[in-house]
Amino acid sequence: MKIVVPVKRVIDANVKVRLKADGSAVDSDNAKMSMNPFDEIAVEEAIRLKEAGAAGEIVAVSIGSDACQDVLRAALAMGADRALLIRTEAVLEPLAVAKLLREVVAREQPRLVICGKQSTDGDANQAGQMLAGLLGWPQATFASKLDLGTDGATVTREIDGGLEIIAVTLPAVVTTDLRLNSPRYTTLPNIMKAKKKPLDVVALDEFGVDTRPRLTTLGLAEPAARSAGVRVADVAELLAKLKNEAKVI
Amino acid sequence: MTALIIAEHDNGSLKSATANTIAAARQLGVEIHVLVAGSACSAAAEQAARLRGVGKVLMADARHYEGGLAENLAALIVSLAPSYSHVLAPATTFGKNVLPRVAAQLDVGQVSDIVEVLAPDTFVRPIYAGNVLAKVRSDDPIKVITVRATAFEATGQGGTAPIDTIAPGPDLGMSRLLERELTHSSRPELTEAKIVVSGGRGLQSGENFKLLETLADRLGAAIGASRAAVDSGFVPNDYQVGQTGKIVAPQLYIAVGISGAIQHLAGMKGSKVIVAINKDPEAPIFQVADYGLTADLFQAVPELISALGQ
Ligand SMILES: Cc1cc2nc3c(=O)[nH]c(=O)nc-3n(C[C@H](O)[C@H](O)[C@H](O)COP(=O)(O)OP(=O)(O)OC[C@H]3O[C@@H](n4cnc5c(N)ncnc54)[C@H](O)[C@@H]3O)c2cc1C
Repeated sequence: MKIVVPVKRVIDANVKVRLKADGSAVDSDNAKMSMNPFDEIAVEEAIRLKEAGAAGEIVAVSIGSDACQDVLRAALAMGADRALLIRTEAVLEPLAVAKLLREVVAREQPRLVICGKQSTDGDANQAGQMLAGLLGWPQATFASKLDLGTDGATVTREIDGGLEIIAVTLPAVVTTDLRLNSPRYTTLPNIMKAKKKPLDVVALDEFGVDTRPRLTTLGLAEPAARSAGVRVADVAELLAKLKNEAKVI
Repeated sequence: MTALIIAEHDNGSLKSATANTIAAARQLGVEIHVLVAGSACSAAAEQAARLRGVGKVLMADARHYEGGLAENLAALIVSLAPSYSHVLAPATTFGKNVLPRVAAQLDVGQVSDIVEVLAPDTFVRPIYAGNVLAKVRSDDPIKVITVRATAFEATGQGGTAPIDTIAPGPDLGMSRLLERELTHSSRPELTEAKIVVSGGRGLQSGENFKLLETLADRLGAAIGASRAAVDSGFVPNDYQVGQTGKIVAPQLYIAVGISGAIQHLAGMKGSKVIVAINKDPEAPIFQVADYGLTADLFQAVPELISALGQ
């Protein structure tokens, strides 16, 4: 069973993001870039399915500039078999991403697509669900456990009240939550091997997909910073402040 | 113009985030209809009808809506959506699951997790773990939106909307709910509590979380946690506060043994008063805390408990 795993290049989760001085955009000039952490979990899950004999070829896909080749190489170093870069300089919205992925699915014919549940830059939490909707496939979002059969999958989902176990038919889209697995570290020999794995680059235009934006960003701002308060010496002072000053207990 | 609100409920009762979502919709200046799709869900529909600002409740009652799974529910919403200018749901795991599917099937974008309504087509939403606020305008004919509940004060009681029973859509048979393992607690709901006591890796074990439970019970508080505490198995996943967990904004948030990573702050920095208890005086959590106590939690928390017990 072939698995497609979309991966996004984002500002590393440890970077405290700031706006450029003129407020026009996020300052990413010297920021460290990484694979979106949820996509790393998706790649890891696909590889584990393959290692367990439940999956065959793993195709990693990224959409963006040539720089995205680094996250595709990272996916290949983890254990993906092939990579595809859909090259564009435009920053696409989740709907456009989902439409492109639908075309990838039409070409690759996977039985499973594993996406990260959200990317840590846009925080939209949309692309996987949108892809499932466009394909008319079932979706199992926020997965913390995935059991793959030949005709269906059983998925444990992290929901606000706890956990939920659902069964979906295949083909399906699964999106990953944090507890699904801990992604492996890549080793030097695997990084070397990844350099020889196929990485195709296709221009976005070749897909003939309508990727125009549906949202217009009118402005960006940093939220008002919370100022640090006071240090209290002990528990007694803390309780006195909470009772008499903040009046919250 | 009319907005359709997708109610979150467990058939027997409405989840509170629905009332916050209606509050956001009221700022659009449009009529408001609420869809309650479930199985034997008339109690939830009646609760929706009593919320202020609701003009009509649509109830779709069928077995295949019982668990609120995305495929069947999205198909129903998509069939109703062309009569509406807006479709809104809470940005909970329920709304986040179903609404993007709806948007894609309508061929429109989605505005996720709005915290402000500036105009019927213009909203503010946080990105980058809340470090940036984006003002965005939706240019689509139907605006599909998820709403951050803590940003809008819940609409109150006082409505008397009629309930229309509508024909259910088809059962697509693609997904089935097998089981729910819900966390049961006598404490307030994390996202609604006035006081939240949260623990991090500093607690060292699930056993030690009992300390926080005792503290929480003295304060009538809910319990939250950092990702590290959840990943380590100290507490269940639904305790996680943060960028990729729950967003809370209580009157008082007490962070115990939590360092204050960007992703954690994203979930709690809207709290009115923040207290941090951490033994590391340099921990970043102190930069957002109104009251910081540099101390070993295993001393400070028992002291707090006994002081509150008096
Ligand atoms: C994609 C992604 C998503 C994430 N989403 C979230 C999220 O939603 N929510 C979230 O919380 N995190 C999230 N994280 C993780 C986040 O980056 C941090 O790793 C996490 O919040 C750290 O948890 P912590 O503060 O409990 O642990 P640590 O950072 O290890 O801090 C433990 C703290 O406890 C203190 N301590 C230890 N012992 C004691 C003691 N005896 N007394 C007092 N203090 C003590 C230490 O000084 C330290 O400050 C995410 C990360 C990624 C990459």
